[in-house]
Amino acid sequence: MASRSSTPRPGRPRARRIAGSVATLALASSLLSACGGDGGTPTLNWYVNPDGVDTFREYAEKCSTDQYDIAVQQLPASATDQRTQLARRLAAEDSSTDIMNLDPVFVAEFANAGWLEEVPEDIATEITDGGDYLEGAADTVVWDDGVYAIPLWANTQVLWYRKSLAEAAGLDMSQPVTWDQVIEAAAAQGGTVGVQANRYEAYVVWINALMQGAGGAIVTDTEAGRDAKVELDSDAGREAAAIIQKLADSEAAQPDLTVSNEGTSLGQMFPEEGPGEFMVNWTFVYANYKGLVGAPGGPADEQEFEDLGWARYPATVEGEPSKPPIGGIDIGIGAYSEHPEWAMEAAQCITSTEAQVDLAVNDGLMPSTNSAYDEVAAGGEFPEDLLELYRTSVDEGGPRPKSPFYSQISSAVQSVWHSPTSVSPDSTPRESAQFLDDVLSGRSLL
Amino acid sequence: MTHTTVAPDDKRDVRRADKAAASDRSKSENRLGMKLVAPAIFLMLLVTAFPMLRALYLSVFNYSLTAPDDREFVGFANYWTALTDSLFWETTLNTVFIMVVTVAIELVIGFAFAMVMHRVIFARGVIRTSILIPYGIITVVSGFAWQFAFSNNNGFVNAWLPFVEDGFNWFGQYGSAMAAIMVSEIWKTTPFMSLLLLAGLAQVSEDMLEAAKVDGATWWQRLWKVILPNMRSAIMVAVLFRALDAYRIFDNIYVMTAGAQGTESISFLTYRQVIEQFQLGIGSALSVLLFLSVLLIAFLIVKIFRVDLAAARQEG
Repeated sequence: MASRSSTPRPGRPRARRIAGSVATLALASSLLSACGGDGGTPTLNWYVNPDGVDTFREYAEKCSTDQYDIAVQQLPASATDQRTQLARRLAAEDSSTDIMNLDPVFVAEFANAGWLEEVPEDIATEITDGGDYLEGAADTVVWDDGVYAIPLWANTQVLWYRKSLAEAAGLDMSQPVTWDQVIEAAAAQGGTVGVQANRYEAYVVWINALMQGAGGAIVTDTEAGRDAKVELDSDAGREAAAIIQKLADSEAAQPDLTVSNEGTSLGQMFPEEGPGEFMVNWTFVYANYKGLVGAPGGPADEQEFEDLGWARYPATVEGEPSKPPIGGIDIGIGAYSEHPEWAMEAAQCITSTEAQVDLAVNDGLMPSTNSAYDEVAAGGEFPEDLLELYRTSVDEGGPRPKSPFYSQISSAVQSVWHSPTSVSPDSTPRESAQFLDDVLSGRSLL
Repeated sequence: MTHTTVAPDDKRDVRRADKAAASDRSKSENRLGMKLVAPAIFLMLLVTAFPMLRALYLSVFNYSLTAPDDREFVGFANYWTALTDSLFWETTLNTVFIMVVTVAIELVIGFAFAMVMHRVIFARGVIRTSILIPYGIITVVSGFAWQFAFSNNNGFVNAWLPFVEDGFNWFGQYGSAMAAIMVSEIWKTTPFMSLLLLAGLAQVSEDMLEAAKVDGATWWQRLWKVILPNMRSAIMVAVLFRALDAYRIFDNIYVMTAGAQGTESISFLTYRQVIEQFQLGIGSALSVLLFLSVLLIAFLIVKIFRVDLAAARQEG
């Protein structure tokens, strides 16, 4: 065909056109099959979120073998966009989605939809047997008695504060402190309390941690799907609402409380005037202030940086240990991948101790295993007590509800609990429980 | 029109003869026409009928993409949920509000632009092109451009408007956020409106205008008594197209507010149910309702303008 089209007969344009299109088709199909890589080394696609991409690229290269190459594909910055992009691919049974960075709350959703390859038993046991993996991190990958992902790094929140502020308020930070104490101490000294209370996921992180700290949960029996038990209208729910109300009404509330996020309260720690703040926030805070010494928004000098303190997440109820929030990234394998065994092998390499240590040192993303923590501690990059605090927080932390309907649960809670200034223990828990129940059973639009 | 001079009795005969004569020709014409459009109809059915039927089918289930095993048949419960939910009516009202305001403003500005394009004697190409440029820009890009323009950090709108403080956050409350969304929508689609109206303007015969002028009609009278009545079908088509488009507004809202401050439209609500929440059942029910409301709007506009579409195409 190709030879015919290369020597066209001028008198027969129709035949020429047909020959031409056949040649084009032949060419296109040969190009397509070249993409498929028969003969060449197959490529495994690794979808990563934008934190620590350089380290991911390095490990994509390191973990590639003679049998396969790993190619890094970057996902959008927002968690919602990451989730929808992956879900769209997986719902269409995309065979080129091999390895994925998953936010812990996606694991149950994706696993229940049948989009994740189950982790083989030997690796699964290693994760769940309580040996090397920190409990809070290991718990995020379990759904319905199966393990559907491998923890890569684990995030957690701690209470960051100015030592001088706590001292002036007479607060003994060597003991566990409660939310009430923190709010009162800050208010008494003209300081503030930084939280995340905009209408977005981190607000649910806060509410969830408050409720778990009082021994409750937003929902239980999540494996029942739509019939999960909504527990918002409980003592724990009322305790949580009371704390949010107390902060919103207190002078310690920051002016942008209703739109506050992880970034907005950073500047209040070392303000030009005033004693600073108490702030619950993720682990990136330490490296953030360390890099800002002498710069605007950061401590004025090394001495002021030394005034930065950290303690375990505040307790909801006095005497009951707090449940610090858990975040991070788990590695999942696409159920429609053409090379699931290789992808699983690659995932193990990507989540190796060495990789976890590199992520911690290069990008400040904290490990999910004890052995990686030990190595990071030996490196001396972080204060030892801080690392110990992270490790205990992840180990004893509380995950958000694991449910195939998590996104609905989260949005329903946000819609009733926002704005924090309108939260009341008498009405908010009851109303949100009713609304969430309606949403889950399909009686209400979200 | 020529039959009006014929006597009443003959008129009926002529009509009948007309019909009989036409039937042979039109029959074969119709057959040819059908053959010609058949491939297109087949293709359209393939790509549009399937998703539409699929949406109808899905809308009677309580079905989440993340819990495929829990799918259950619920009949019309999803429709009932949507129609009894205040959120649905709030977003519908919001959408109608956007549609009415933007189409009304676009009609006025679009008509002015059409007049300019019609009457311009110098630099015709340049003027026509520059009026049409916004329509060539992708809606998402227009949304971002206006979002930056209205931003209180790096936008210029606050600095330009004398009665607005510099730090004013346009996206912080309902009224101003809606205004910003509508400005972007109007800016982007007015050229489309004026293009359709220009086609209508070209149909108004110069003879009629000359005649009106000779009879002493003022410019205003010529506009209202000659130009606009003769453009009725073109205006109807322009309003119809823009109204249906405006009713399905999505991009500008997605880019500028992501539905915050109660600025959600009905398309955005549907998007959130299907794409963000993975609720295929209720989402499909909402898109069926969206489809029905678009049909209703089309029907109402055709009724209000009392235009015979066939007449508009000069087939009568």
